[in-house]
Amino acid sequence: MKDLSLHLLDIVQNSIKAEATLIIIELEYCAGKLLFKITDNGCGMEPEILEKVTDPFTTTRTTRKVGMGLPLLKQSAEMTGGSLSIDSVKGKGTVVQAEFIAGSIDRIPVGDMDETIKVLVQANPELDYEIYFRNEMREYEFKTSEVKKMLNGVPIRNMEILQWIGENIKDGLKEVFGGVLNEISG
Amino acid sequence: MKSLAELEAIREKALKEINLRDNTDKIRVVVGMATCGIAAGARPVMNAFVEELNKRNIQNVNVTMTGCIGVCRLEPIAEVIDAKGEKTTYVKLNAEKARRIVAEHLVNGHPVVEYTIGAAEENK
Repeated sequence: MKDLSLHLLDIVQNSIKAEATLIIIELEYCAGKLLFKITDNGCGMEPEILEKVTDPFTTTRTTRKVGMGLPLLKQSAEMTGGSLSIDSVKGKGTVVQAEFIAGSIDRIPVGDMDETIKVLVQANPELDYEIYFRNEMREYEFKTSEVKKMLNGVPIRNMEILQWIGENIKDGLKEVFGGVLNEISG
Repeated sequence: MKSLAELEAIREKALKEINLRDNTDKIRVVVGMATCGIAAGARPVMNAFVEELNKRNIQNVNVTMTGCIGVCRLEPIAEVIDAKGEKTTYVKLNAEKARRIVAEHLVNGHPVVEYTIGAAEENK
């Protein structure tokens, strides 16, 4: 994957398949490290599956034997000297956390987070997302539940609303990371 | 920062339009959005479908995503499922091809044969 926003789109598919209703996305820069964390309240995994999940030849799919999403994220993290960890409790949900060494020459850019979020909301408007960008000084948060409350029955899957969401996220990314990571447009 | 006042204005506008539109989704566009699709560029394809449909003010098409369709080497893939349930599978898409599919297939009802899986496999 070229950038973090594409990994995000990919990993969130796992949460959607796990029938999550809330997906929390966190991107945090702290002491030279970039933490990328996705938390869902989906069905979780059995410990036996969790153990093997970063093996590309593990998948819950029955059509074929490969699953590349998590192994690729692990590779992207490890390339920088970072790591990937996954916690999952059956029936409770899953937390995927990738840690990147931010200054590594091999670290992929953040990419177009706004495009990913727009696609996710468009495809599954009934799901709720919470997005947090943080560094040592600033925090940005965005919750689709708040937007929906404000919309008061008007569907969130409306082009102008999606565009507003995209712009909002882009602004948040710029506000928190602009100047520190300086790679907003991917 | 985008303000909530702007969102409120969009909401009011959408509310006025909502009664006018025919909300029955007659046609479905399903974009393959698994690892293979994303790596091959499915995100700009999906956004192109959504934006082009919106530009042309077409309300009866629902754009959504699915997992791996099964022929990863032909990604990005999108399926158009019409009102009768008939399915056309488009392969090796990009944003420009997606816009052409909107114009020719979704608006005018003529599938873009050269982008279909049948055409791609014939030319192999």
